[in-house]
Amino acid sequence: MNKKRKLSALFIRSAMYLCCFITVALLLFMLGYVMVKGVPNLSLKFLTTKPSHMTGQIGILPDILNTVYIVLATLCIVLPLGVGAAVYLTEYATSQKVVSVIEYAAETLSGIPSIIYGLVGMLLFSNHFGTSILAGALTLVIMNLPTVLRTTQESLKTVPQSYRESAFGLGAGKWRVIRTVVLPECIDGVVTGCILSVGRILGESAALLFTAGFAHAVNGMISGLTSPGATLTVALYVYAKEEGEFGVAFAIAAILMSLTLLINLLAMSAGRYFAKRRNV
Amino acid sequence: MKKKRLFEDAVHGIFLLLGLVTVGCVLIMTVYLILSGIPAIKEIGLFHFLFGKEWASTASEPQYGILPFILTSIYGTAGAILVGVPIGFFTAVFLSKIAGKTIRTAIETAVNLLAGIPSVVYGLVGMFVLVPGIRKLFNIPDGASLLAAIIVLAIMILPSIIKVSVTALDAVPREYEDASLALGATPIETYFKVSVPAAKSGIAAAVVLGVGRAIGEAMAVMMVAGNVANMPSLFQSVRFLTTAVASEMAYSSPGSLQQNALFSIALVLFLFIMLLNATLNFFLKRKKEN
Repeated sequence: MNKKRKLSALFIRSAMYLCCFITVALLLFMLGYVMVKGVPNLSLKFLTTKPSHMTGQIGILPDILNTVYIVLATLCIVLPLGVGAAVYLTEYATSQKVVSVIEYAAETLSGIPSIIYGLVGMLLFSNHFGTSILAGALTLVIMNLPTVLRTTQESLKTVPQSYRESAFGLGAGKWRVIRTVVLPECIDGVVTGCILSVGRILGESAALLFTAGFAHAVNGMISGLTSPGATLTVALYVYAKEEGEFGVAFAIAAILMSLTLLINLLAMSAGRYFAKRRNV
Repeated sequence: MKKKRLFEDAVHGIFLLLGLVTVGCVLIMTVYLILSGIPAIKEIGLFHFLFGKEWASTASEPQYGILPFILTSIYGTAGAILVGVPIGFFTAVFLSKIAGKTIRTAIETAVNLLAGIPSVVYGLVGMFVLVPGIRKLFNIPDGASLLAAIIVLAIMILPSIIKVSVTALDAVPREYEDASLALGATPIETYFKVSVPAAKSGIAAAVVLGVGRAIGEAMAVMMVAGNVANMPSLFQSVRFLTTAVASEMAYSSPGSLQQNALFSIALVLFLFIMLLNATLNFFLKRKKEN
């Protein structure tokens, strides 16, 4: 082998190692930096109180609650919609045209930037329900619809045709087959869709700024839905950019990082669990 | 029997409706964006709006030219692609072709985590690390600049580029590589002269996806780019299409020309994204045909 070929191979190989190193180093740096700057600012009081102008103390309890409300509300609406659409696509649709139109629409939705969701959500929902957690959740429903649709559809595709045929052969109607045979088999897709959506909702900020607003009041679940409230990500942005409270911002960032880690772990172990169950 | 048929038809109808919700969402979003984007463009004039070099929405004689935003978005995205794609591409080839199982799982986990980090966290770290770093390194008064935005965007598009490219490279038939190896090519030559060309549609799709991510990102960019409506320049504070909308929306009064102009900016951004989607679909389709 001549020298030039050897040299270029060496060059490319080192470029690859370098790039991999950069990718991993970036993650480690982000993790380390945020944790070092954020964790010292965390305390029980910080997590369980609301901001008070009297003492100047900042607590993020309202933001945590708002995040929980918005996640729950979004999932409650997006799951039936997404799963239903997936069932339609794999079980009912006979026309290839309809399928491709729906799939194209889902792809389009997943490519639209979140700031545009924020604007449309403001026009569509905030103008009717006011700037509120509910308006934010409805905006996030449209955003997460393609995710739930896709994961459910993939898992429905893996349900063996023979299951359906056996059930039909026993005299079951179509709805009964879907309810008792098909849906229980696609639970893994639904769970994966849920985890991915939760991750996306936790990280979302641009779509919520104008729909859910940035208030820090503590509310119950029902009154919380109709009043404005900042989620953790929005609170981070407001504290860092508008109020200059960087300690608070880094503390929230540390919480968000830990949640990201947790969700990734959950997604991985769920994937492993379902793969195992399927192979048995 | 008739009752049962009726019931089944009803269920079919319900699922059809659920399926059409997605299509409805896209249609409603498109219609709303167009309807709310048109008035300001009409009032300002399409040419003045798109090619006007000055944006001063709150001045006594307001100017609504979005050329600085358009160019900043294009330059910023191009820069992010220029920095991010090579890193992502080499990492993808390494993961798909060279890495052992353990290393691959480890790096893929890292990539997934990077993808999951919220954009405001990228923005926050950028504010504290990149902005002061750039200020000191290049000795300029303020480090919040196009360069900072480009670096943040490059990092943010990295995971999607790596993931999509790895999928494309994994799908290259083993026989292609074996044939090349048997003819005496080295493994590295095989990967870059056989596998990569065979996966080029998928890699192109990864790049287009990255462009979409970069052009649509708002919050992280808002935190590091300084947000002044300058014409783009690497070391100056700039404003993107996305950040133009995000930064003024909260302060504009409903129905004013300022707010309507912001909707028009969103419409321009939406058209960019639709164009990208069409390109993406073109590459994905070609991949399927191959």
